[in-house]
Amino acid sequence: MFDNLSLYLQYPFVRYAFIVGILIALCSSLLGVTLVLKRFSFIGDGLSHVAFGAMSIAAVVGLSNDMLIVLPITVISAILLLRTGSNTKIKGDAAIAMISVAALAFGYLLMNLFSTSANISGDVCTTLFGSTSILTLSKAEVVLCIILSVAVLIIFVLLYNKIFAVTFDENFAKATGVNADRYNLLIAVIIAVIIVLAMNLVGSLLISALIIFPALSAMRIFNSFKSVTICSAILSVICSFIGILISILAGTPVGSTIVAVDVVAFGICYLIGRIKKGE
Amino acid sequence: MALITVKDLSLGYDQQSILDGLNFTVNEGDYLCIVGENGSGKSTLMKTLLGLNEPLGGEIIMGDGLKQNEIGYLPQQTQIQRDFPASVKEIVLSGCQGHQGLRPFYSAEDKRIAKENMQRMDIISLEDRCYRELSGGQQQRVLLARALCATRRVLLLDEPVSGLDPLVTTQMYELIAGINHGCGDNCHKEHRYMLGHGHYGKTTIIMISHDVDAAVKYASHILHIGSEVFFGTKEEYLNSEIGKDFITAADGKER
Repeated sequence: MFDNLSLYLQYPFVRYAFIVGILIALCSSLLGVTLVLKRFSFIGDGLSHVAFGAMSIAAVVGLSNDMLIVLPITVISAILLLRTGSNTKIKGDAAIAMISVAALAFGYLLMNLFSTSANISGDVCTTLFGSTSILTLSKAEVVLCIILSVAVLIIFVLLYNKIFAVTFDENFAKATGVNADRYNLLIAVIIAVIIVLAMNLVGSLLISALIIFPALSAMRIFNSFKSVTICSAILSVICSFIGILISILAGTPVGSTIVAVDVVAFGICYLIGRIKKGE
Repeated sequence: MALITVKDLSLGYDQQSILDGLNFTVNEGDYLCIVGENGSGKSTLMKTLLGLNEPLGGEIIMGDGLKQNEIGYLPQQTQIQRDFPASVKEIVLSGCQGHQGLRPFYSAEDKRIAKENMQRMDIISLEDRCYRELSGGQQQRVLLARALCATRRVLLLDEPVSGLDPLVTTQMYELIAGINHGCGDNCHKEHRYMLGHGHYGKTTIIMISHDVDAAVKYASHILHIGSEVFFGTKEEYLNSEIGKDFITAADGKER
């Protein structure tokens, strides 16, 4: 088995897959805690469907680099969705459901009507459940992914205390002079970037898992915001590493394997949490 | 010059007014209790004072160099906070966030202030405990310490004793009275006026309360809002028609 692995690791595309996979897992786990606590667990799902819709537009228009369309559209949707928290006409969860289903429907419709490829259902399945495309990444894509991930990491570390204050008690933060709206906006933009990045890895249906599971697992065991954040980042990296490893060795689909490992990790953390409480 | 002067204030949401023509003043060191029936606009008034809501009309004038962000706030607890994984230390420290500006990390001075306020609220032994595992009274102390990190000048408290049992409620009221007079938790009633013994400077208190009995016991001024509006000192309130009626009604409900 190890011989097999070292053989695989000689190929650059396998190394790329590991680098990208681990970076994406790291980034997506960071904001998980905030999103779970703000009751925005499903924003990952909603936004990734929007990204799916945007991708099909890009495919129809025939853009070679679909990032140019997907990233801005997703960022705008993220801003709109997180803003609904303060505007009560349509509640946050309903708005997410609305936008995500609509984007999914229109995306599929567009792909069907104007498709240029012969294998539509194959294309759709790829975008929904993640593709083997993580194994076919070009060097340029890897570089882009590294730049975006590093940017997300730096912004998160610099804003960590502000994100905490805004998540824990938005009204208090606002009342005492923190510009909460600005940080909510930044959180929205970061989430959108992470989701567009992560679509390559697990596809748009499974993205929520990557964002939510590590945070929920860490919350079973740890009690402070800092330890939960650190633990969920570590867990997420380990899970995606193991997931990619298994999928390469056993030939399973990358995205669903990573999510399956995340689920197992959650089960273990849940048990540890129960035992800790029982003491 | 009064600390806060409210002139002809109209309150409400989406151009629908709940309350019109509100006038009152708060001076340094006052303990103002806002009482009134449910739905009379107490929480809206508090949000407007905090600058979270725009007033529909009238104005709020801050005097004595008080800035908008120098008003500390003890909100009613939200569902989010009940399962938030955060340590006491992290929450208290987040009270310093308002002064941070764009600085990303807390300074040693911020940490010292947080520690001092935890000592003052007698929760220093809990600093590494998880907030969601604390009792209701302990949680309120944590949020008070956080509010004191934000400011020492004015505290706005929104129903600070709701959901607490009678003993803890009394302790909470004593603690708030202590903050008003500028001393810490272990400062008993008879020592409250002594200087130099854990003295922190007076803090003006504005509190929303259901509990009119406690309001007339601890407050120096009462603002009663609803169909009728009353503002004056506690003594004036006790002698007014509206005050007498409300207190009798509240007593009747308890019996």
